[in-house]
Amino acid sequence: MLKDVTLGQFFPGKSVIHRLDPRTKLLILVGYIVALFLAVSWLSYGVVFVFLAVSIAISGIPLKSFFKGMKPLMFILLFTGILNLFFTQGETVLVQIWTISITLEGVIRAFFMVFRILMLVTGTFLLTYTTSPIALTDGLEALLSPLKKIKLPVHELSMMMCIALRFIPTLVEETDKIMSAQKARGADFESGNLVQRVKALVPILVPLFISAFRRADELATAMECRCYQGGDGRTKMKLLRMHGCDYGSFLVAALLITAVCVLRGFGL
Amino acid sequence: MDKAISVEHLKFAYPGVDDTPDIVVFEDLNLQIKQGSFVAVLGGNGCGKSTLAKHFNSILLPGGGKVYVYGMDTSDPEKLIAIRRCTGMVFQNPDNQIVANVVEEDVAFGPENLGIASPEIRNRVDRALKQVGMYSYREHAPHLLSGGQKQRVAIAGVIAMEPKCIVLDEPTAMLDPRGRREVMDTILKLNAEKGITVVLITHHMDEAAQAQRVVVLHQGKVAADGTPREVFSQVELLHSIGLAAPDTAELCWELNKHGFDLPLGSLEPDECAQILYEALKV
Repeated sequence: MLKDVTLGQFFPGKSVIHRLDPRTKLLILVGYIVALFLAVSWLSYGVVFVFLAVSIAISGIPLKSFFKGMKPLMFILLFTGILNLFFTQGETVLVQIWTISITLEGVIRAFFMVFRILMLVTGTFLLTYTTSPIALTDGLEALLSPLKKIKLPVHELSMMMCIALRFIPTLVEETDKIMSAQKARGADFESGNLVQRVKALVPILVPLFISAFRRADELATAMECRCYQGGDGRTKMKLLRMHGCDYGSFLVAALLITAVCVLRGFGL
Repeated sequence: MDKAISVEHLKFAYPGVDDTPDIVVFEDLNLQIKQGSFVAVLGGNGCGKSTLAKHFNSILLPGGGKVYVYGMDTSDPEKLIAIRRCTGMVFQNPDNQIVANVVEEDVAFGPENLGIASPEIRNRVDRALKQVGMYSYREHAPHLLSGGQKQRVAIAGVIAMEPKCIVLDEPTAMLDPRGRREVMDTILKLNAEKGITVVLITHHMDEAAQAQRVVVLHQGKVAADGTPREVFSQVELLHSIGLAAPDTAELCWELNKHGFDLPLGSLEPDECAQILYEALKV
């Protein structure tokens, strides 16, 4: 059952978006989010939507996987939608029930808010779907490296992220094993109320933590044996390089932001 | 430099917790390992084999006496990186020594730490992966590999640093028979083709039998030292310290108790069969 857990799902591929430098993708994502929040009208939303739709089309990632990833967000989407629907003040009242009224402004606002969240999440999905976790951590490290000047442990953070990603499947497998072992001794995880179920997790968590600490200790020794001394003087096998398509993508992203800004300037 | 590793009058004890006395592992251990040789270190539980291995690249420092690795004193902090560059180490659990979530990235980890230029790292990684026969898996995720494959990736990660010596601490203990054979074949190949000194810590007799030299440790002392033939023919000695000789030697020894006079040095089943054939022919 735990095998289904997927984090940072990556769909390997050969599209232009896949081949972009992770730094480019991260920066463009930030730009895209800014544009999304600057958008105020149907037209500017449309521009951002076209940008996203074209990007998805180029990436060749099936739309189905985006919908799948959206499922856990249903509650937030509904909540935002309903909140905006009922609590936006407006003049054109559509429906009036007791003291609660639904206005045309409310409907439009709710639609925009839900649409904004959907586009925001889809954009980030596109990044994680087309970029391997290791490229992503590399990109983050490279982008954040100026912060080393103010003593932020950028390399250490990215190393930690990389190791965490590496050990997620190992620990998931281990949890599965421990669960089976405890079930074999008569542990019951599936019945009882919430409190009982949480309590039943203790015999899983204790061995899992002990084993995780032991693994950490052994890994640290192994890393030391391989001359790990932190980020100083370390080189990389795969250097990040910007190509023509990276600059092209920056241009498109810049156009997007400019377009949204100009439209906003015209009050659209 | 002829000597790869030289242990001189090594003393070591793990400090006791609270009021318990220190656990003495070595009182006066002496051992020399020649460059290019394949040495197996055998011993029962708690005889100090893993502790000894950890002295070979400064993870543990001697409490007395000296350990020299290619002439460098392991207790000299300035030599630490140079020593770890010379002697790579492979541990028992393959899962706990793989750092990255792509095979080739993991193999690159060591050379990256050494600050080697990117194109050279690429060369070394490809070469190392080919040497252990894992090149076609270079873009796989490590958790999807079998135990033997993971351990070979770990070995590739060590040889990508181009060490002169590899210390393997029970590398096959967690593997199935097939994985064990894969790992042993890789080790033998590295020793024969690349001339890398191999120190194999093990408790499998059949693995030790493939080495050029076998050192048996018992209670922190060298109990026996010599070629596999010499060591394994001392069946009584091995029994007295809780070890078993390889099945072939055990068989001949049991037969000798019942009036035969067979040599005990046979290590291969075919060789043993030949000896039995000769004995029974008359």
